Amino acid sequence: MTVKDVIPGRSAAERKGVHSHTLRYGSPSLACGSPGMTQPLPARGREKAWPKHMLRLVLSRLVSLVVTLLFVSLAIFLILEVLPGDPAAIMLGTSAREDTLAALRQELGLDQPALLRYLYWVGGILQGDLGTSITYKMPVSTLVAERMNVTLPLSLLAILISTALALPLGVAAAARRDGPVDRAVLVFSQLGVAVPNFWIGLLFILFFSTWLGWFPAGGFPGWSAGIGPALQALLLPAVALALPQAAVLTRVTRSATLEVIGADFVRTARAKGVDKGSTLRRHVVPNALIPVTTILGLQLSFFFGGAILVENVFNLPGLGRLAYQALNQRDLVVIKDIVLIFSGLVIVVNFLVDIGYAILDPRLRGRS
Amino acid sequence: MTKRLLTAALLLSVSVIPAFAAKTSLVVGMPIEPPGLDPTVAAPVAIREVTLANLYEGLVRIDRTGKVQPLLAKSWEVSPDGLTYTFRLQEGVKFHDGTTFDSADVKFAFDRARDPKSTNAQKQIFAPIESIETPDPQTVVIKLKNPSGNFLTYLGWGDAVIVAPETAATNASNPVGTGPFKFKTWTRGDRVELTKNPDYWQKDKVKLENVTFRFISDAQAQVAALRAGDVDAFPNLGAPELFAEFQKDNRFKAVAGNTEGETVAGMNNTKKPFDDVRVRRALMHAIDRKTLIEGAYSGFGTPIGSFFSPNHPAYVDMTGAVPYDPAKAKALLKEAGYGDGLSITIKAPQMAYASRSAELIAAMLSEVGVELKIIPTEFPAKWIEEVFKNKDYDVTIVSHTEPLDIDIFARDNYYFNYKNDKFKQLIADAAKTTDEKARFAKYAEAQKILAEDVPALFLFQLPKLGVWNAKLQGLWENSPIPVNDVTEVSWTE
Repeated sequence: MTVKDVIPGRSAAERKGVHSHTLRYGSPSLACGSPGMTQPLPARGREKAWPKHMLRLVLSRLVSLVVTLLFVSLAIFLILEVLPGDPAAIMLGTSAREDTLAALRQELGLDQPALLRYLYWVGGILQGDLGTSITYKMPVSTLVAERMNVTLPLSLLAILISTALALPLGVAAAARRDGPVDRAVLVFSQLGVAVPNFWIGLLFILFFSTWLGWFPAGGFPGWSAGIGPALQALLLPAVALALPQAAVLTRVTRSATLEVIGADFVRTARAKGVDKGSTLRRHVVPNALIPVTTILGLQLSFFFGGAILVENVFNLPGLGRLAYQALNQRDLVVIKDIVLIFSGLVIVVNFLVDIGYAILDPRLRGRS
Repeated sequence: MTKRLLTAALLLSVSVIPAFAAKTSLVVGMPIEPPGLDPTVAAPVAIREVTLANLYEGLVRIDRTGKVQPLLAKSWEVSPDGLTYTFRLQEGVKFHDGTTFDSADVKFAFDRARDPKSTNAQKQIFAPIESIETPDPQTVVIKLKNPSGNFLTYLGWGDAVIVAPETAATNASNPVGTGPFKFKTWTRGDRVELTKNPDYWQKDKVKLENVTFRFISDAQAQVAALRAGDVDAFPNLGAPELFAEFQKDNRFKAVAGNTEGETVAGMNNTKKPFDDVRVRRALMHAIDRKTLIEGAYSGFGTPIGSFFSPNHPAYVDMTGAVPYDPAKAKALLKEAGYGDGLSITIKAPQMAYASRSAELIAAMLSEVGVELKIIPTEFPAKWIEEVFKNKDYDVTIVSHTEPLDIDIFARDNYYFNYKNDKFKQLIADAAKTTDEKARFAKYAEAQKILAEDVPALFLFQLPKLGVWNAKLQGLWENSPIPVNDVTEVSWTE
């Protein structure tokens, strides 16, 4: 069954033109005038309206995801090829004899031609085998899984803190422009943008760990030590990681909210007698969320990237520190995999954000 | 009600703590995590600092003063020609997996290290071995092709620890040795935990029940961990500028000792203008080591005038051979034809001591009309490639941390490109001299040659800035070999 069958009132041309007409379609639901109009379509209609639109989006994004990943893998491999540094010489130091180096290179498979090594690598990944770490001498998948236990909760916690701070602050600031809250928020976001996360981390350690003794100065007891101690170890780094991003997000939320507040349909809603709070809640915020989501998606790569710095300051055994260490040791197998995983995460998250747009955007929703 | 409960809880918790029982656990902080826990297959110092003497033992051990002491070998005899070593082994020694240690394990360990497929980083120490015989389980006879004066010392290194055939292949991730502590867990990226070996052959010496090595790379984080009590000891703190604060704090003991790291600015001896000894000496004359140490390492570190560790009994202070004398430096440069100035480069790695030293050296050389351009490089990977392998450099700076490594100036094709037949012969002779006094005399002469020939600018011995809880005793002040031997460490109360 196609969309046309379900919603007879819309022509095919209109459906095709949705992208260029989003703004016009952005407010038709408002015309209903009732406070309940943000659920514009009956449930049945929405279910049916989704597949075609979404499927196309998902498919095209999936294809570009796979192609991007392939390119990324090739780029990573080539960059590491030209990066100076012989893993065998690094492992064995400056006193190793030539025959010892050769023995280790052979053991590590470094004597194979580059093309073969690339194919082995990609082939292995396709079969779920990430290879064996040169320095740790254990499967990279195990290493990465161990580290994910730190980096993933850390990043998620940081995202949670960041959004929990930024959304209310940004909306509150925009609700009363130039008011005291707005000014305070502006100062906070100015500071947050200017101050790097690792420096905040150092201050936190000095204050909360060395002075007050409330938190450990760094390190991670592992989840086996219990959720409490583990979260305690992650909280300070997560806040340090979140603050700069929260500052950015607060600014974006504030300006996005201000923009929507100034839009015609909001004035219309107010003119129709919807009170200020409801307008904000029902009409302004959902619309302002769209640019906010875009930024949040972009920020995810910063959360993972920032984790490298923060994990080093707080001495957390996460993926970021593994990457840093592997780079120093030229543990090529580990670096390749981690960079691919990081890029993969960012690409997948962007994919999800793209899909998320369609879900969040009331205009896109109401259009089918 | 809550108040009463709280009081009760408080009383309870107080009564549970036994009065003044000495602590039996120790947390040692280290800047770098070891890649694997097998010192016989890789070079990194961090591997030795966790495993040597704690998990694994050799036939002999190097004590805190650098002397060779019996360990798994309780005694030995060396034949007058220096070619036959007969070791008598300790009895009742067991590996952590319960198997018995005997002469077959010694033979296995050394045969494995000198095998063509071996990846032992110091394979050359086994090169003189002709044969290894095991007449009985308690005796090992090692025959050498040629005398090796430092053979016993080498056997105390991490590269020569005794491993068992059953477990050698998996030692990197699950180490099994004969040492006072057994491997418990390795939380990669964070810590290695060891626990007391209940069957240790000299267990009366061991006071600690648990030892944890924690890896904290950031210098600020190291200081924070010490202050917060998360770490009891940092045998080698990475923040020299904060070390003085610990010296003033009576909760800590802060000891500045020596490592085996000779910090030198190596020169490309076959490249112009470094092929001229006058230029090399001029550059050395231009450097004020005291000021350099002040700036590069907050004043900690012993100035050196040659390439030998002050920890070693054969050390001779050669800092007076080519002393700080800018006027003389200028005169020598003029004599060599560089009176109008000279422009050279230094490849400086990212380590704080190296990059800071490079800047200070550049400032000092500019005083005598030499322009030194600093080119940053990355250690180890890029440095090994560019400087060590390709010898694409004028001057570089790095600390050589291996013990007893003066022979690097005698090696063919080493990055200094230094060729001195007299020196080479002397080092070869010293290596073959079994008599300690005669060997040390040769090393003294070798130090003198280097000091005067200046194949590298000899700067300072990298200090070992140890900070630990004042109640701890038994930690080493110097490190004559890379090791954190905690066998005899204990808490005073």
